[in-house]
Amino acid sequence: MFEVYFPVFLMLAIAVAVPCLLFTLASTLGTKNPTPEKMLPYESGSASTGAQHLRLSVKFYLTAILFVVFDIEAVFLYPWAAQFRELGWAGLVEMVLFLLVLGVTLVYAWKKGALEWER
Amino acid sequence: MEFGWFLLATVLKVSFILGVTVLLYAPVFVLFERRQSAMVQDRIGPMMGGVKMPRLVIDHLQTLQMGAFGMAALCGLLFLFATAQVWQGNGTEVLFTEPVLGVRHTWNGMMFVFGALAAVHVPLGVVLPYLFHHDRLTIFGGLHALFDAIKAFTKEDVVPPEADKFLFSLAPIIAMVPALMLGAVIPFGPTLYVDYLFEQLPAEGTIGGAAIPLQVASLNIGILYMFAVGGAGIIGAALAGYSSNNKFALIGGLRAASQMVSYEVCLGLTIVPLFMLYDSLLLDEMVQWQVDHVWGVVVQPIAFVLFLTASIAEYKRVPFDAPEGESEIVAGFFLEYSSGKWLMYMLAEFFEVATSSMLIAVLFFGGWDVPFLGRGGWEAFGYAFDLSGTHWAILSEVANSHVFIVAVQIGAFVLKALLLGMLSIQIRWTLPRFRYDQIMQLCWRMILPLALVNILVTGIFILLTGI
Repeated sequence: MFEVYFPVFLMLAIAVAVPCLLFTLASTLGTKNPTPEKMLPYESGSASTGAQHLRLSVKFYLTAILFVVFDIEAVFLYPWAAQFRELGWAGLVEMVLFLLVLGVTLVYAWKKGALEWER
Repeated sequence: MEFGWFLLATVLKVSFILGVTVLLYAPVFVLFERRQSAMVQDRIGPMMGGVKMPRLVIDHLQTLQMGAFGMAALCGLLFLFATAQVWQGNGTEVLFTEPVLGVRHTWNGMMFVFGALAAVHVPLGVVLPYLFHHDRLTIFGGLHALFDAIKAFTKEDVVPPEADKFLFSLAPIIAMVPALMLGAVIPFGPTLYVDYLFEQLPAEGTIGGAAIPLQVASLNIGILYMFAVGGAGIIGAALAGYSSNNKFALIGGLRAASQMVSYEVCLGLTIVPLFMLYDSLLLDEMVQWQVDHVWGVVVQPIAFVLFLTASIAEYKRVPFDAPEGESEIVAGFFLEYSSGKWLMYMLAEFFEVATSSMLIAVLFFGGWDVPFLGRGGWEAFGYAFDLSGTHWAILSEVANSHVFIVAVQIGAFVLKALLLGMLSIQIRWTLPRFRYDQIMQLCWRMILPLALVNILVTGIFILLTGI
């Protein structure tokens, strides 16, 4: 257990330390000369009204929902794929049935227009 | 294995994989990218930054180059002369029976030294003019990129007062951590048998003694680690967009999150046929299957194309860079970042290119596998590379020794990933940016159904042929 996970945590420690070091360098090395104009949000020169009340397309929400459905499908597929040869034809037929249900989901989402980004 | 040795091996492995990512791939990719962009846009490229050289050196650059070639020619002649002396019988009895580097025998030593000098001076003569641009030492433009990084860190770091300070600071760190951590499960070489470093290993059978697998950690979840850690990169982009208090940044962050989760699904599904073939989720076992059979790209070319596309989209590079699309939303999710924090996003992107190239090399191109090179030595079409009993016995002895084979295989892995990263940069400078609706349609309407069909076809194929 230790022999397997110690290297991963060592890697994590380094992977956290490097960005923290870069971050500290970035925030200390440069000059500091804030002016009111410099501190405004950069939106191509037009006066900003802030980003709090921005209305966004519902497509982003739909994509997130679809992601949950299909990512869980992928999770079910992994152990099946790793044991594929032992399960044989029976396993394949069962997985085809499972994929069929998800295929119907995809077709339904497609026909309902959830995958239409241009409209 | 003793604890001290385990610790040493771990530290060496971690520093190798991080060193290759940070010190080799990232600079080479940055340099290649800048040269590519200069070529495509017909600019001089990263040639302005450099160290000013003395007049004397610049004036005599051509002389230096000719000198290098001259040295190479002279050393080559002397090498031939020494070889001829050896072969005429003056040194036959002692040839290679004495240690070569010990330089006991004159002709023997001359052969070695002049051969090495000739081998160094030809590349030097070829490379020399490319190291300079006018009166500056630029090293192919590499110093320019280095100075750019130093310049970025010394610029003013602007934090917008309206931004959520904590999340705004956290985002670039979160974006970079997964990119550095992904290398942990990538096998970059075969198992190293410490007790038999300088011997020829038997091609079959188990080998006793201490063995070090050249992989930082062989986790039993295998490739799921890559998806789990890689998925955390989404948070970096989404947080940056959310915390900046800027409309463009918010739109960029949302686009990034939406695109990355979509292509995460594609990444996961396109490689399921590989698991069915390799019978495993562990990356080291996948490489072993490819060593025993064929490379993954031969049996799964469609999965390779789909996976390459999805991985370019996953790290948001052109043609999939709508989240940063500078013609629409200035710089997207990292719009409000300046100085070194902006550079951290750029660096994280190049680290991701490096790790995903390494992953593709492992999944589809046999990882550290070199054709005709097995554990027991070089062998092709039933003929082994074996010169024992001849004057050149030392050559095959060195070439078939365990440590040399392992070094060649690690080099092959590094080279494969380097070429794959360059391919992705080539794609970046060949294709224009796709529209955002095209990106999402490519994911949900093309890659996803194709990946599902590929799973079924592969399943039926495996069960029918029984491979």
